[in-house]
Amino acid sequence: MNPTPVAYLDHAATTPMRPEALEAMLPFYGERYGNPSGSHRMARDSRRAVDEARDTMAAALGCRPGEVVFTGCGTESDSMAILGTLRRRGGVAVCSSAEHHAVLHVVEHTGGRVVGVDPCGRIDLDVLADALDGDVSIVSVMAVNNEVGSVSSLDGVAELMRSKAPNALLHTDAIQAVTWLDMRGITATADLVSLSAHKFGGPKGVGVLVVRDGVALEPLLLGGGQEHDRRSGTHNVAGIVALATALRIADTQRADDVARIGALRDRLVDGLLAQVPDSLETVPRHAKVAGSAHVCFAGVDSESLLFLADDGGVCASAASACASGAMEPSHVLAAMGTARTHAGGALRLTLGHTSTDADVDHALTVIPAAVQRIRSRSSS
Amino acid sequence: MRVMLAMSGGVDSSVAGALLLAQGHDVVGVTMRLWGGSSDTGCCSVSDVDDARRVAQQLGLDHHVFNFGDGFTAHVVEPYVAAHATGVTPNPCIECNRHLKFDALLERAAVLGFDAVATGHHARIEQREGRFRLCRGADPDKDQSYVVHMLDQSAMARTLFPVGDITKARVREMALDLGLRTATKPDSQDVCFITSDGGRRAFLGDRIPLRSAAVRDLDGNTVGSVDAVELVTIGQRRGLTLSGAPSRRFVLDVDVPRGEVTVGSAEDLLREREHVEQVVWTSSPSAGDVLVQCSAHGEPQRATIRPGGASIEVVWAEPQRRVAPGQSAVFYSLANDEVLGGGRVRR
Repeated sequence: MNPTPVAYLDHAATTPMRPEALEAMLPFYGERYGNPSGSHRMARDSRRAVDEARDTMAAALGCRPGEVVFTGCGTESDSMAILGTLRRRGGVAVCSSAEHHAVLHVVEHTGGRVVGVDPCGRIDLDVLADALDGDVSIVSVMAVNNEVGSVSSLDGVAELMRSKAPNALLHTDAIQAVTWLDMRGITATADLVSLSAHKFGGPKGVGVLVVRDGVALEPLLLGGGQEHDRRSGTHNVAGIVALATALRIADTQRADDVARIGALRDRLVDGLLAQVPDSLETVPRHAKVAGSAHVCFAGVDSESLLFLADDGGVCASAASACASGAMEPSHVLAAMGTARTHAGGALRLTLGHTSTDADVDHALTVIPAAVQRIRSRSSS
Repeated sequence: MRVMLAMSGGVDSSVAGALLLAQGHDVVGVTMRLWGGSSDTGCCSVSDVDDARRVAQQLGLDHHVFNFGDGFTAHVVEPYVAAHATGVTPNPCIECNRHLKFDALLERAAVLGFDAVATGHHARIEQREGRFRLCRGADPDKDQSYVVHMLDQSAMARTLFPVGDITKARVREMALDLGLRTATKPDSQDVCFITSDGGRRAFLGDRIPLRSAAVRDLDGNTVGSVDAVELVTIGQRRGLTLSGAPSRRFVLDVDVPRGEVTVGSAEDLLREREHVEQVVWTSSPSAGDVLVQCSAHGEPQRATIRPGGASIEVVWAEPQRRVAPGQSAVFYSLANDEVLGGGRVRR
C-alpha cells in the first residue's frame, strides 16, 4: 500500500536502531540467556555483560558506573525520579508546563507546581524563582523539549535552586538530548537524569536513571533487590547491552552527526519556509537541537497534513496522540503561547542518524503540496 | 473509487469495509474520536477504536483516528445540554450525523482526496432520474434512514451505505464468515457520552442546575413533583411520582422556567398538528400527503404537510400524541420508502 520512497522524519518518536546495537543484543536472545542475578556460569556471563554495559554508560555520561540505574523505559525513569524523591523526602515537585507528560502528569498528580515557559518552550527562570522555596524537594526540567526541540538552561535552573531551594534535587528528562548534546555537562549539573534507549538508536523497553552519589530515592519496584535495591526486576540484558552500544556510538559520532544532520535540517526548514507562504519556524534554530524541525502552517489542520504526508510517504508527527490514537492539541505550543491560527497546523519533522538528502528532497516535495491542497480545498 | 470508511468499531461498519473491498474500492478506515470524556455505551470509547483498528487490520485497510472532539462538543454536546436546560428533547445522534459525519468528515475526505465517505448505516441511496433518493434500509427492523435524513443531493453524491441493501442478520452472518471480532458485538443503544452508571442525570447535573418542579393536572391541582424538571420529556409516563393516580398519566407539557410539569391522560396528549422547523430536504421542498416519523423506530403516520413561513405545518390525518419539541420529524413518501426531508419539532 505504501508508496515509495518513504522519508522517516519522526526520530523524536523513535529512532531506527544502530546496526551495531542490534547486533550486540542478539546473542542475549540466543545462547547467552543467563539471568545476571544468579551464581553459575550462565549467570556470570550475563552479569559481566551488564557490568560492562554500565561501565560504557558511565564513560559516555561522565558519571560513576554505580550511578547508572537501568529501568524499563524513560517514563519509568521519570516516575522513579519524582515519585522516589517525594516518597523519600516529602515536599513538592516543580516542573515546567512544557514537560513531557511523563513528568507533567506525575507533578500534577502529586499536587506539585507547574511553571510557565518562554516562547521557545524553555522554563521561565523568573517564574521559577517565585515557585521555589523550602517546601520544594525536586525540580524537573527537560534538557531538550520533545516537541519543539528547544534546549533548556539547566545551569540557570541549578543556580536559582542553589539560592532559593538549596536542598531540592534537580531532575532532567534528557530523553531527547543524547544524540545532540554532550551528556557529561548535563550529568554534572543534575542530580537525576532520565534516558531512553530507543531515542538514540537503541531498542524500545529499556531506560536509565542516573542517580548521582548521595541521592537516595524510594524505589518504585520492590522485589529481588537488583540495581542495589533501587530497581528490582530481572535485568533486560539484551536491551541493556544494546543501550550501552547505542550510547557509545552516539557519543563518539555526536560531533559529526550534529554537523551533518544539522545541515540537512537547515535545508529542510529553509525549503519549507521558502515554498510555503504563511509558515513560521516555531523556535529559532539557535535555541534548539540540530535534528529538530518544527514548523507551523496557518490555515491548515495537523491531522489532514499528517494524513497527506503519510500518503506521500513522509512519516512525521504533530503533538502527542491520546490512547485512541487521535491527535491531541499540543500542550507545549499552548504553554509557549503559539497563536492558535498557527498551532493548529503544527508539523514536527525530526531527523536522526539515518536521515539523508533524499529524505529532505522527498519532504520538500510532499509537504508543500499537502499544505497547498488543504488550503485550497478547505472551506473554512 | 477512493473511499473513506467511517469505522465506529461496530459490526455494520466492519462489514461495510468488506463489501467495499469486494466492490473493488480503494478503502481507508477512519475512526472519529468525538468525545474525550468517559464513555461506556457509545461509539467513541478506546475499546471501540481498538475494535475498529483490529477489523481494519484484518481486512487489510489502513486505519486512522481523527479527532473531531471540538466539533462534537460545539455541535452536539453543548446543544444537548442547552436543550435540556430549556425543556427541549434533543436527538444528539442526529446532530452528530448532521454536523460531524456528513459535514466535517465529508469535507475532510474531500480535502484528503477521497471520492466518498462510507458508513455502516442501514439506509440506501438510489440514483434515479438524475437525482439521488434517500431510501429506507433493506431491513425494516434496523432501518436508520430517520437518523440520516439530513442528507442533501450534494452529500448523497459523496456518501455510500454499503450495508443498506442487506439485513442485519446477513451483516452478522457475513461478519461471522469473515471471522471479524465485531461479529457478535451488541448494537450501540444509548447516547455515547452518557455513561450507564451516571446516566443523563449525572451528565446534566455536572453542567446545569437540575431543579425540582411541581406536577399538576389540567385543572391545576398539584398531583406530585419531580426533582429534575430538565429531565422530563413530553409523552413520558414512567418516572413520575404521583399521588393517587387513578389511571395512566402522561406528561403533556414541561415549563422549565416556571418549574411546572403538566400531566394528563393519553387522550389529552393528542394533537391535530405539529410545526417543524429547520427543515432540510433531500431533493426539493415537498408539500401534500406524506408519512411522518417522529422517532428512530416510531410508526410513520399519515399527514399533510404545507409550508408555513419559517416552518412546515404537519396536519395529522388522525390526531397523534404530542411530539416532544426538539425531536426530529422526518417526512417519507406515501409508499414509505423514500425520505423527503425533515426537521425539528417546534415548541
